[in-house]
Amino acid sequence: MTEINTNQAFLEEVISATPGGESLLTCLQCGTCGGSCPSGPDMDHTPREIFAMIDAGIKDEVLRSNTPWYCVSCYYCMVRCPKEIPITDIMYTLKRMSVRAKLFDNSDAPDFSKTFITFVENFGRSFEVGMAALYHATHKPLKKFDMGPFALKMLIKNRLALLPERIEGIDQLRAILKKAKSLEGV
Amino acid sequence: MRYGYYPGCSLGSTARPYGISTKAIVGPLGIELEEVDDWNCCGATEYIALNKTAAYALIGRNLALAASQDNLEQLITPCNACYLNLKKTDYYMGKYPKLAELTNEALAAGGLSYKAGSLTIRHLIDIVVNDVGYDAIAEKVVRPLKGLRLAPYYGCLIARPEMGEERLDDFEHPTYMDKLLATLGADVVDFPLKTQCCGGHMTQINSEAGYILIRNLLHNANENNADAIVTLCPMCQLNLDAYQSHVNRHFKTNYNIPVLYFTQMIGLAFGIEPKELGIGQEFVSAAGMVKKIGTEPEVPEPAKPRRKKDDKSLPMPGKRVEG
Repeated sequence: MTEINTNQAFLEEVISATPGGESLLTCLQCGTCGGSCPSGPDMDHTPREIFAMIDAGIKDEVLRSNTPWYCVSCYYCMVRCPKEIPITDIMYTLKRMSVRAKLFDNSDAPDFSKTFITFVENFGRSFEVGMAALYHATHKPLKKFDMGPFALKMLIKNRLALLPERIEGIDQLRAILKKAKSLEGV
Repeated sequence: MRYGYYPGCSLGSTARPYGISTKAIVGPLGIELEEVDDWNCCGATEYIALNKTAAYALIGRNLALAASQDNLEQLITPCNACYLNLKKTDYYMGKYPKLAELTNEALAAGGLSYKAGSLTIRHLIDIVVNDVGYDAIAEKVVRPLKGLRLAPYYGCLIARPEMGEERLDDFEHPTYMDKLLATLGADVVDFPLKTQCCGGHMTQINSEAGYILIRNLLHNANENNADAIVTLCPMCQLNLDAYQSHVNRHFKTNYNIPVLYFTQMIGLAFGIEPKELGIGQEFVSAAGMVKKIGTEPEVPEPAKPRRKKDDKSLPMPGKRVEG
């Protein structure tokens, strides 16, 4: 027997956290999104399945899935969607919700984002050397041996900045970001 | 023609050749770029994965700074990710009043504000092909890229979301870079995967998933006998160039396709020396390709790989050595 989901809380949460999220209600379940996705084969659930699961209120499984973290933000699904659902933005929403719910058990992707953000918030610019060192040393200690020759080659080719550049208005930027986070409740 | 200029973080590091070649060609093209003072990172695809309002505010600071600088009306960026982020924030702030209100509330903490629509956000290649135009470019070609087979690679972010205005071109099969390269005298090869994603940050998160996407693109260019892939995005260049040897190791393939920026190709056709265009800084050497158009590049030939110590086989000509 088919159960009808009466709990729309999760669906509403996703919609309200996504600009233009209301269009999720119009999803036709056509599957164009998954068929267009370069990461489709690696995802636990295709975007179409994820939308059906959101509609059914299966929150934990959605937030535990690797789907949003395998989204490469190429917007292919979004431009092909016949209902113009902002799918890439929904994937970003699910990433944020999954980090907060601490449900996704492979932290590679979230940690990469966190490391990136650390440098942006401290310098105002991204900084590859520091980011790679911090991410690989704290997170993938075994892989850092692989990274050595790669980084060396980048250096020889003069394609790495050795020191991070700090913007003059870093305090202003921090004040803006702090305020923004307080508004978002994070 | 004067434009505000947002280079983005990559142009100071991994994409230095893009920055160098951009600076080298804007003069001859009659483009004047005024860098936005004290711009910050656009957050790439990472910031918004953890914070929403802060991600828009991060980008909003750049828009606010640019809009208040010397009455700039057009903001140019050479990076696909920066282009999408800046354009999307401007468009979303206009479309979603609540998002604009929150973004401006955050910006106010730094004494800034931004009104959607104050700036027109454009990609560097847009002003090159549409404002300067193919005819004006053709007039400046002194060293046609004759005989060079080039695969134009657009990547995803410049091709995709419409963001309120008419797109530059078709989102799956754009042709403006094809026309540009043809204008420079090159043979443009079919490249059906021209707007497929390079994987972005995937090489860092799940390298195999990333390598598959990179391999697809290299394979497609190779099938069409391209001498080089030409791109307009720092991330695409980094993935296809710097990770090409990783892909070869992983799939036991033997791709050897240089990946250059469209600005470098314009510079070559304008007769600028390869070194002044940052050619030589690529991982997969473009020296052979440059030679094809009749210049003697000041670029060292790649060192021949050394035989492994434990390799007991006879040294044979043309034998590929891993690594």
